[in-house]
Amino acid sequence: MATIIIPTPLRRFTNNVARMNVGAGNVSDAVLELTSSFPELKKHLIDTNGKIAPFINIFVDNSDIRSLDREQTQVKENAVIFIIPAIAGGITSPKK
Amino acid sequence: MDHENIQFSKQELSRYNRHIIIPEFGLSAQRKLKAAKVLVIGSGGLGSPSLLYMAAAGVGTIGIVDYDVVEDSNLHRQILFGIEVVGLPKVEAAMHRLQNLNPHIIIKIYNTKLTSQNAMSIMKEYDVVADGTDNFSTRYLVNDACVLLGKPNVYASIFQFDGQVTVFNYCNALGERGPNYRDLFSSPPPPGLVPSCAEGGVLGVLPGIIGSMQALEVIKVITGVGEPLSGRLFAFDALTFESKTFNIKRNPDNPLNGKNPTINELGDYDQFCNIQTDEKAIKEITAKELYEWQTRGDDFQLIDVRNLSEYEIVNIGALLIPLSSISTRAMEISRDKKVVIHCKSGGRSARAIRELEEKFGFQNLYNLKGGILAYADEVEPELARY
Repeated sequence: MATIIIPTPLRRFTNNVARMNVGAGNVSDAVLELTSSFPELKKHLIDTNGKIAPFINIFVDNSDIRSLDREQTQVKENAVIFIIPAIAGGITSPKK
Repeated sequence: MDHENIQFSKQELSRYNRHIIIPEFGLSAQRKLKAAKVLVIGSGGLGSPSLLYMAAAGVGTIGIVDYDVVEDSNLHRQILFGIEVVGLPKVEAAMHRLQNLNPHIIIKIYNTKLTSQNAMSIMKEYDVVADGTDNFSTRYLVNDACVLLGKPNVYASIFQFDGQVTVFNYCNALGERGPNYRDLFSSPPPPGLVPSCAEGGVLGVLPGIIGSMQALEVIKVITGVGEPLSGRLFAFDALTFESKTFNIKRNPDNPLNGKNPTINELGDYDQFCNIQTDEKAIKEITAKELYEWQTRGDDFQLIDVRNLSEYEIVNIGALLIPLSSISTRAMEISRDKKVVIHCKSGGRSARAIRELEEKFGFQNLYNLKGGILAYADEVEPELARY
């Protein structure tokens, strides 16, 4: 089993679950398994084309999947998958 | 950064003694610090610790860009400020505090919003930029200006319990340029998808930790001591105290400095971040008008879309339906009388109204302008503010 770590900003969509075991396969399979368990997460991870959203980074161990095989990157047994979202701190847009 | 001719007074040598006696640091690195010009964008949660440490360390010239004023609700994390400066422009309060900490350095302040029009002229005067801003538009603006000007951008960001630090656009001794923000996040999340700190909150000590790391990286970039966090992203989870450093690379498709660059000047970052400036108007009611409805005994429903923890701090007797569950609880909202929806300051309630109007066709919803804060200001001054 591989482990997928949910970052704190997204845990409100996972009932505060911080990590989930997923079957080995590829990143796409792992994300699908995660979003099947927590459907609210989907729009925060996947864009309208079914790809990982551009404001999300996924790392397998410490490597960016974009420098590997993107969504098809293989996830080995005992691998750890990290979801790193864009965070900006305070407000959605600058005050006018 | 011409540091060879930098001189120190007796007082400065005494002040920086603990730096100078570190063998790997020495007088040479201290000279580089004094020669350096660093621009800090945002003097809030992240800027507070990073400015304090940079000033204390002897960064010779520090510029600060911020157009906000100090509020009491800033003080749980913005340790540059005390109650005596509440209401003052942050840059002025910061300058006073930092000059008091270190009179041997120069502080320049810009009490203005950083925009596509002024960013290049302000930033070109500096060697290093430290981005501690609080919104995606300014993040992309700072990033693009740094890349166009060839400046390193020491990036720090926080949300609730998570922090991120990296050094963008760093040029190493071999002349190799590291990744920038657009390599990491090619576009921002849609507005409303990520709650703001004003809505989602932030643990006060987190910007202290992450802002201090930002200052550390600024000092490393200036002095060349150690390995700057270029090509690596540090992520910290304060809840589990787990941290991880990830490898990040340049993206050949980056429109700024990839294989086929298409951006050669600053653009409209609100538009890029899909921030709607022409959203459909919604009906509004002022706090005073709401009070008139209440005293007149009008028949209307009052709904609060904040979180339970905020409701417990202060409320005005509304039905609590947090924004995250507004659609699933839409059947609790009246259709046959006026409904006033409020939040803290009017943003979330406006989003709730748009969602209810679009999904369910409501036509009887009014947004309380300025939220419960306006109600406290205009109607019930004894209500708690947060």
